[in-house]
Amino acid sequence: MSTSGESTEIERYSYDVVVIGAGGSGLRAAIEARARGLKTAIISKSLFGKAHTVMAEGGAAAAMGNVNPKDNWMVHFRDTLRGGKFLNNPRMAELHAKEAPDRVWELEAWGALFDRTPDGKISQRNFGGHEYPRLAHVGDRTGLEMIRTLQQRVVALQQADSYELGDPEAKIRVFAETTITRLVKDGEGRIAGAFGYIRDTGKFVLFEAPAVILATGGIGRTFKVTSNSWEYSGDGHALALLAGASLMNMEFVQFHPTGMVWPPSVAGLLVTESVRGDGGVLRNTEGKRFMFNYVPDVFRAQYAETEEEADRWYTDQANNRRPPELLPRDEVARSINSEIKAGRGTPHGGVFLDIASRLPADVILKKLPSMHHQFLELAGVDITKEPMEIGPTCHYVMGGVEVDPDTAASSVPGLFAAGEVSGGMHGSNRLGGNSLSDLLVFGKRAGDGAADYLQALGSTKPAIAQADLDAAVEEALAPFKRTEGESPYAVHHELQQTMQDLVGLIRRESEVKAALGELEKFKERTAVVAVPGERAYNPGWHYALDLRNMLLVAECVATAALEREESRGGHTREDHPGMSPEWRKVNLILTLAGDKVEMVHKPLPVIRPDLLALFEKSELKKYMTEEELAGLPASASSESKSEEGH
Amino acid sequence: MGYDASLRVWRGDAGSGALVDYKVEVNEGEVVLDVLHRLQATQAGDLAVRWNCKAGKCGSCSMEINGMPRLGCMTRMSTFSPAETLTITPMRTFPVIRDLVTDVSFNYAKAREIPAFTPDPAVKPGEFRMMQEDVDRSQEFRKCIECYLCQNTCHVIRDHTENEAAFSGPRFLMRIAELEMHPADEADRRNIAQDEFGLGYCNITKCCTEVCPEHIKITDNAIIPMKERVASRKYDPLVWLGSKISRRSPGAGTPAVPGKR
Repeated sequence: MSTSGESTEIERYSYDVVVIGAGGSGLRAAIEARARGLKTAIISKSLFGKAHTVMAEGGAAAAMGNVNPKDNWMVHFRDTLRGGKFLNNPRMAELHAKEAPDRVWELEAWGALFDRTPDGKISQRNFGGHEYPRLAHVGDRTGLEMIRTLQQRVVALQQADSYELGDPEAKIRVFAETTITRLVKDGEGRIAGAFGYIRDTGKFVLFEAPAVILATGGIGRTFKVTSNSWEYSGDGHALALLAGASLMNMEFVQFHPTGMVWPPSVAGLLVTESVRGDGGVLRNTEGKRFMFNYVPDVFRAQYAETEEEADRWYTDQANNRRPPELLPRDEVARSINSEIKAGRGTPHGGVFLDIASRLPADVILKKLPSMHHQFLELAGVDITKEPMEIGPTCHYVMGGVEVDPDTAASSVPGLFAAGEVSGGMHGSNRLGGNSLSDLLVFGKRAGDGAADYLQALGSTKPAIAQADLDAAVEEALAPFKRTEGESPYAVHHELQQTMQDLVGLIRRESEVKAALGELEKFKERTAVVAVPGERAYNPGWHYALDLRNMLLVAECVATAALEREESRGGHTREDHPGMSPEWRKVNLILTLAGDKVEMVHKPLPVIRPDLLALFEKSELKKYMTEEELAGLPASASSESKSEEGH
Repeated sequence: MGYDASLRVWRGDAGSGALVDYKVEVNEGEVVLDVLHRLQATQAGDLAVRWNCKAGKCGSCSMEINGMPRLGCMTRMSTFSPAETLTITPMRTFPVIRDLVTDVSFNYAKAREIPAFTPDPAVKPGEFRMMQEDVDRSQEFRKCIECYLCQNTCHVIRDHTENEAAFSGPRFLMRIAELEMHPADEADRRNIAQDEFGLGYCNITKCCTEVCPEHIKITDNAIIPMKERVASRKYDPLVWLGSKISRRSPGAGTPAVPGKR
């Protein structure tokens, strides 16, 4: 083994497409790129099949209409925009709603086993913000089913290549436990490759490739209380920035309303929204179902006003309105926060989520086996007998790489992004279930986008400058060269606490400003962190390198959070509590100039008239400016909601 | 509430290694992985531990705790007495990379040998119709998080590397059972389960079931039914006669095994 990493030797590989990330979007992108005949590498920070996608519980939203035949892409589109408070990129939301059913059915043809309806179709469950039962699911382990299906599909393609070409890795290869630290471009600013290290050995590796697809997921490890796994250090967001691409709307961070709050070591661990979709209710310490007090005006028409009506909805959706526990996540998270602040929270700082008194034990065990297991093993709580204690947890970032909706292309030629690392699709708040479907729809589109780009590029091979590689090597080895600096673990812990305290669920101008000041100090500290040991599988080293990414992401989140003076979705400003129609028209675009984050305002793409016509004018009034409304045709709505019930 | 636990953690690499003693603070509700993280953050910054979700869903943090194969993230410290010394070692069946991290590539190689899901090509996406009671069995096996604790504990390969070529281990015998019981899969995997993947090596001691963190009944629900299916194919006189008079070759419906000669 090499000592403190003096070796600057680089292993080299050549591929048509390199997909960074082996979760749902990465694997789907790679499968598509391979289907288009491209030699494809999948770079996985963890082992193959361990990606964060496995933690998705509830399901994949797709308007297949298996449970309620009234469902269709237009209803799904409408729900998605409502959930995102009309800040979504409308074209992305349209493509997503239209293509999600095909992407889910395709999984079934690859061996996925979803739960079934009585007539043998894929069953669909209720979820927050979705008008009809829409989530294809497998109990509460849908993400695992999806990752395993895609993983096994990759293996099936490798087996086909083994027969045809004599080498299973001839056309698609997984590089497990490999981390990319830099994207490399040619003299004309096009993507030329990706540089990183292999964890097992600590050796450097260069993938020469004219197209790179970022599918790295989110940024949750920047916050202290999070449902996100170790990998979620904003790598793709940072790689994109460093390569010159732009990020958008990074202020929108979803705090999932129901994370575990006790014991402390599992605080933040996700409690699936399916608990509420299947009948679970939220109560404060006074035993009151408090969500009825928190239905905002924009949603009042669609949600029940009494417990009786809400309870009837589970069996008769045509004649009753939805329970307010199933409001979009941002609303529920804020409401829980308010209850806790008002002194009606549990001793461990949460509220109660009760399924035990709502469903028989055997039904709970069938529908929510992972939740039962998780609470029993980690908290000693039997959810068939007692309520759970829950509170908000950092779960998802709506912001991300600014991409073309149809091709997933970023502003850097040859660089694509799909899944959580991309921005726009979910607006200011993502609906539950829209992530797994997003991964599939835009993963496929990114694979296609990269293939089309390569076709246009022809035989040109973007060249890599040695100086760029030297710089990447030097940057990666720097932590070993310092012997006196701080531990990366300490810096990371404090960064998480700072973001949690100052740029968390509820934000104030003074605190966000303070956070930006703190981030400058963290930058200085990160520049001098030192790591002991060797390069082979050294987690201290990995943390030291990940810190750069987390700091960049944190700065983007704080910068945009300070700028947007309104409250919308995953961005709540206590000092600007209302939604502003003027701000609805604004995307905040972030780029990196030197080591400084820069920001500009960019108008949101206009919603096409035929898509706008899916809403009633009375609803649009809640979101849009007078000027925008004046530009609408006299009767904005074609098919009114009345024909579809509530 | 908090106390200092005595830990003996295996440190080393493929070449050599030894157990190293540490004292690490433990707080209420913590799991073994929390304590290892505190050890990393305070005393051993380069301690190699593979982990990911810390929620029992990804199957990365497999290790042996006092000799028992377990997930570090699902083993609560309260299951041990504060006076007890915890010995934490890497999975024994797989080669060590560093400290608690092992090379599990054996499993990925075995996964690639199992013929993929083979549906009727005439059924288009969206047209599959399966009843819940028909998918229940395979769904149980698909709960598998691929932690490989069953592979690690199985005595057929734990102390017998010579069996590795012929035996795919409980995880992948279960994968074969999953496909065999999948209502939309058309292939007949009975012959290859026995001949290529070593179903016969399993003498149903149920060690795999015992260590499964997902509580999948690997032996009872996957392996034993597979053994029965193989036996009925081999010894059923009607099947035997059928294979003699049918114009199909005896192995019809049995897929080729990729990467195996």
